[in-house]
Amino acid sequence: MFLLLAALTILLLLLDLGAGSVKLSIGDVADALLGRSDDPAKSKIVVDIRLVKGIVAVISGMALSVSGLQMQTLFRNPLAGPYVLGVSSGASLAVALFILGAPLAGGLSGTAASIGMTGAALAGSGIVLALIAVAGRRIKDIMVVLILGMMVSSGISAIVQILQYMSTDEALKSFVVWTMGSLGNVTSEQLPILIAATGIGLVLAVATIKPLNLLLLGEEYAVTMGYDSRRGRTMVLVSTALLAGSVTAFCGPIGFIGLAMPHVARMAFGTADHRVLIPGAALTGAAVMLGCDIVSKLMVIPINAVTALAGIPIVVWVVFRNRQIAV
Amino acid sequence: MIELRNISAGYGNRKLVKDADALFAPSTLTALTGRNGSGKSTLLRAIAGLGKICGGEIAVDGKTTFASAMERAKSIAFVNTQRVRIANMRCRDLVGLGRAPYTDWAGRLSRHDKAVVEHALATVGMSEYAERTLDTMSDGECQRVMIARALAQDTPNILLDEPTSFLDLPNRHQLMELLGNLAHNQGKTILLSTHELDIALSAADTIALIDTPRLLMLPTSDSTTRTTVATVFGLNGL
Repeated sequence: MFLLLAALTILLLLLDLGAGSVKLSIGDVADALLGRSDDPAKSKIVVDIRLVKGIVAVISGMALSVSGLQMQTLFRNPLAGPYVLGVSSGASLAVALFILGAPLAGGLSGTAASIGMTGAALAGSGIVLALIAVAGRRIKDIMVVLILGMMVSSGISAIVQILQYMSTDEALKSFVVWTMGSLGNVTSEQLPILIAATGIGLVLAVATIKPLNLLLLGEEYAVTMGYDSRRGRTMVLVSTALLAGSVTAFCGPIGFIGLAMPHVARMAFGTADHRVLIPGAALTGAAVMLGCDIVSKLMVIPINAVTALAGIPIVVWVVFRNRQIAV
Repeated sequence: MIELRNISAGYGNRKLVKDADALFAPSTLTALTGRNGSGKSTLLRAIAGLGKICGGEIAVDGKTTFASAMERAKSIAFVNTQRVRIANMRCRDLVGLGRAPYTDWAGRLSRHDKAVVEHALATVGMSEYAERTLDTMSDGECQRVMIARALAQDTPNILLDEPTSFLDLPNRHQLMELLGNLAHNQGKTILLSTHELDIALSAADTIALIDTPRLLMLPTSDSTTRTTVATVFGLNGL
């Protein structure tokens, strides 16, 4: 199953690198990647232009899916996802403030604006998750933490609405475009930052395998079986902040991958064991994100629209197929 | 062995149990009973390390504090009334989670761990269900698997909160018989809360009766126990 998924992911990556305004075959892409291509234009397109975006698709798919899995298990809620605690609304607020505030500070060049938006989003999501993590160390009942997160998230969204309402047409448009998500805004200089942040997040996620397995029985049982709730919550929240926070910062809020893919992984592997589910969700997330990126390129529509349209039927299908919703 | 030393428990200013002392010895099955809201669960959860008491000390195998949750989990196991129905999880894997205090960072089971899991399943009579997933089982079967999980945790002390509440009459008696055997044959200290007096009186060795704010320790072999329990519950006889 893992081999099959890994092969599918690689195939989709090659297809993804081939898709675009200049269509290339899988053979062309493979040649270009291996440096055997005789056509410098083709290898430039693949290696210099499309490869970064392809890697971003793989990373963001893995990161969102794994953090969604962590949230669903931590809160024992099948509808939890990476954004349930306000990662994306925190990022939105910071980006909205930046887009609104930037014109006041004088005109910004394109690069400065892009770096500024990324930095703002990273700061915004980091601050919100840090607040929730601090609260989570003091609050006993995990459901209170969930409700708190959702309320913070809704509250911030309301503030964002006020900002949108007051903003100029131009600022509003650049904000709305950011909320549609994009895998293509990451430059090759920024890529290492994204890889490092999500890499640490994934390592932390692997370290939470045992606590997450105990949490399947609920936090009370987990505690009597040796789960340290402060440590466990902090690890999961920091991991999610790194995974979902950095992807949101670089790509905008990409929906549904984090919610739907953990369910797909559970069903595909027929298990509740996180030793299988974490790598499983990472691979399914990467594969589906690549698929969505291909569709988004072919039809020239925003990635968020594709992930939502692909994710919704998956969630509905999973809900109907399982007599009991699995978490 | 669980010792309560001069403990007080309750909510805010309301003391449900005050200055109580008790000793729950190895090889005994004790039924903690009392009226609704008398503090059975509060007391049990405090012993399990899930809640706090207002005053006094709880010593589990002589220890009043544990270095970590893992250390506590090696001394005391807990089974509550929460219905655990995890789709895609086999009984064997659930019982395997009971080995958590002894396994490595990823929770991998050693050969010894696996043997303990099989033995725990056999003890509760659920070996045939090892491959079944939890969402396909009845309440009684799930309850047994949760007890197997507590056994796999290999602790000298086991606490059970209202273990008989979802079960029908034959299942209740079977469960109590099982717990009695575990206490008497494996030398475990078993403390369970229940408000089913008949079952408590017939199967337990000792009744720990909360007569607010006192905690009475009454051996069931004692002929006056029946009357004392009846009086606290306001009944004319049992």
